Amino acid sequence: MPSRPATLDATAELAPVISRKARLHVVTGKGGTGKTTVAAALALALAAGGKKVLLIEVEGRQAIAQLFDQPALPYEERRLATTPGGGSLWGLAIDAEQAMIEYLDMFYGLKRSARGLKKMGAVDFVTTLAPGLRDVLLTGKVKESVTRTESDGHHTYDAVVLDAPPTGRITRFLDATKEVASLTKIGPINRQSDGVIKVLHGSQTAVHLVTLLEEMPVQETIDAVGDLRANDFQVGAIVVNRVRPNYISDGMLGENNAVDPKAISAGLRRANLPAALAPALAAEMTEYANRLELQAENAARLDAVDIPRITLPDLNPPVELGELNELAACFFVQDAE
Amino acid sequence: MKDLDLPALVRDPNTRVIVTCGSGGVGKTTTAAAMALLGAEAGRRTVVLTIDPARRLAQSMGLTELDNTPRAVTGVGGDKLFAMMLDMKRTFDDVVLEHSTPERAEQIFANPFYQSLSSSFAGTQEYMAMEKLGQLVAANEWDLIVVDTPPSRSALDFLDAPNRLGRFLDGRMIRVITAPARAGGRTGMKVMTAGIGVFAKVFSRVLGGDLIRDLSAFVSALESMFGGFRERAQQTYELLKAPGTAFVVVAAPEPDALREASYFVERLSSEHMPLAGLILNRMHYTSVSEPFAAARAEAAADTLEAKQDPSLALTVAALRVHAEVAAAAEHDARMAKRFASAHPQVGLVSVPALTADVHDLDGLREIGQLLGGKTS
Repeated sequence: MPSRPATLDATAELAPVISRKARLHVVTGKGGTGKTTVAAALALALAAGGKKVLLIEVEGRQAIAQLFDQPALPYEERRLATTPGGGSLWGLAIDAEQAMIEYLDMFYGLKRSARGLKKMGAVDFVTTLAPGLRDVLLTGKVKESVTRTESDGHHTYDAVVLDAPPTGRITRFLDATKEVASLTKIGPINRQSDGVIKVLHGSQTAVHLVTLLEEMPVQETIDAVGDLRANDFQVGAIVVNRVRPNYISDGMLGENNAVDPKAISAGLRRANLPAALAPALAAEMTEYANRLELQAENAARLDAVDIPRITLPDLNPPVELGELNELAACFFVQDAE
Repeated sequence: MKDLDLPALVRDPNTRVIVTCGSGGVGKTTTAAAMALLGAEAGRRTVVLTIDPARRLAQSMGLTELDNTPRAVTGVGGDKLFAMMLDMKRTFDDVVLEHSTPERAEQIFANPFYQSLSSSFAGTQEYMAMEKLGQLVAANEWDLIVVDTPPSRSALDFLDAPNRLGRFLDGRMIRVITAPARAGGRTGMKVMTAGIGVFAKVFSRVLGGDLIRDLSAFVSALESMFGGFRERAQQTYELLKAPGTAFVVVAAPEPDALREASYFVERLSSEHMPLAGLILNRMHYTSVSEPFAAARAEAAADTLEAKQDPSLALTVAALRVHAEVAAAAEHDARMAKRFASAHPQVGLVSVPALTADVHDLDGLREIGQLLGGKTS
């Protein structure tokens, strides 16, 4: 039996791998591994205990709004939830087009010409076509959220969680500024890129990888860890999502994980269930045991990279708000059974 | 629910091109390979164009590198199945070579902007996949071509990308950027309206002069090809609409993947693109044939566990396992039903979740069987 997760309360302690020193948590993973859900759960966990946390998405999917059952997020920080101990979770959907207009306004006071630029296809060019420029704008805005301070000198957010592009693209995404800066050599993007690179590569940023215990996601995770480290990013945790619970103990299985139907049927009668169910239940148990074995093999493959793991249970999507809290609690130090 | 008869689609001599699309992580590439194998084993000379397949899937078809050349897959009777992996950069290089002089091509290849564009430009992969598809169709040596689409952020990018690239290369924007290079500083300012002037200024302020210079040189060098690009994008679009093309949307029984699938179905229908149907991968089933709901199994397990009798442990475990499996099956069936009732006109085939990934041709054959609706 898996140990019960701690509850989401103000005094619970974050697992050591989720360092409070990191102010930007980048969450990536292969498509279909549930990285948005994991990013949201992590953000909730970070917000427990009175912290103010911002959850950012950059892929234009409005996934945060769907998860928190809210109307589509505008290009504006909105409160998503309050957490125990007076904390709060905020959400932001960064739109490359808006980010560009904001950028032009901030640095050049050019908000007015934005409309003209749009007409000319310039916005289309920058946000969808130009190599890396889109990602430069997105990471630039992320950096701004991480470093923003209030008048009292404190950071606006205690932590920022980024629901980032998938593992296949993550290194290129995070280093877009570097790439474009090398193309421009001089100029404002080049100057600005220093700040972005410093934040993303520094000790205040941790990249977490979400995986399922399946062959392809595990392989991508291992590859991505190598890639991230080779490019000087700090890897935080591997979050193993949708882990099947183990109900089967030693001695229940025979050769090839066979289960004796007769041994099941006696129990079925005592629960007033038809004993005729036994053969199908036995077959199901064998198949389940096979899947658990495969799951364990894939978990063992992750040992190739020496990175602490956080394990999340298997919930059928869509994940409800209450379940999100349950997932968030998995980021805390677990109570021993 | 309306059924999708994939074996019939693949065997039909009128089906010449099958395009698979869907969001990432739903088994699209594997499905494309399995459909191609079905076609080949029905005696049709088939090629499957894959984009970035998982290593072991590529190995199962004998592919070892990106090389843009259809390779016969050994182990399939009579050399009927060929497979290839898209080399995006090389495809782009070929297009450039075909449309310009060797000197000019060299100039283009050496430009830093081209190097970036040909390997990382958003939409290049989509465009090049369509370019390659056009070439395969033009070669006229295939009975069936199965194309896997790039793992785009949104599956819709794939429909838009060729047009967007064509629009960009053909557009006003590019004229602005190339204006200085084309005019050679003589009449440059004359052709610029006030708006364009502001724009050019903004651009060089934001991006820096170097980039503009490289971009400008690059675009001028490419200029002779603009017409070609646009025409090709248009041709590809027409090809996708032509009789003989069939789109197959691939999804998993999860809200995100099905939402993408819905958009795709609607988009295809509004563009009058021929949709064959939906493949729902990764479906979970219970092997208990009589109705035995997850909640009831859970309750029974609780009752037996409360008796604290060690001889009942096995039955308790079996019931808990069933509750888990049945809950997943109930969830997936609900998802499938919801999609089917929203899109009653779309044929659908469900494929059970596999225990392991595909490593060899037998694995692909097994999926082919499942695509035929032969579920247990």
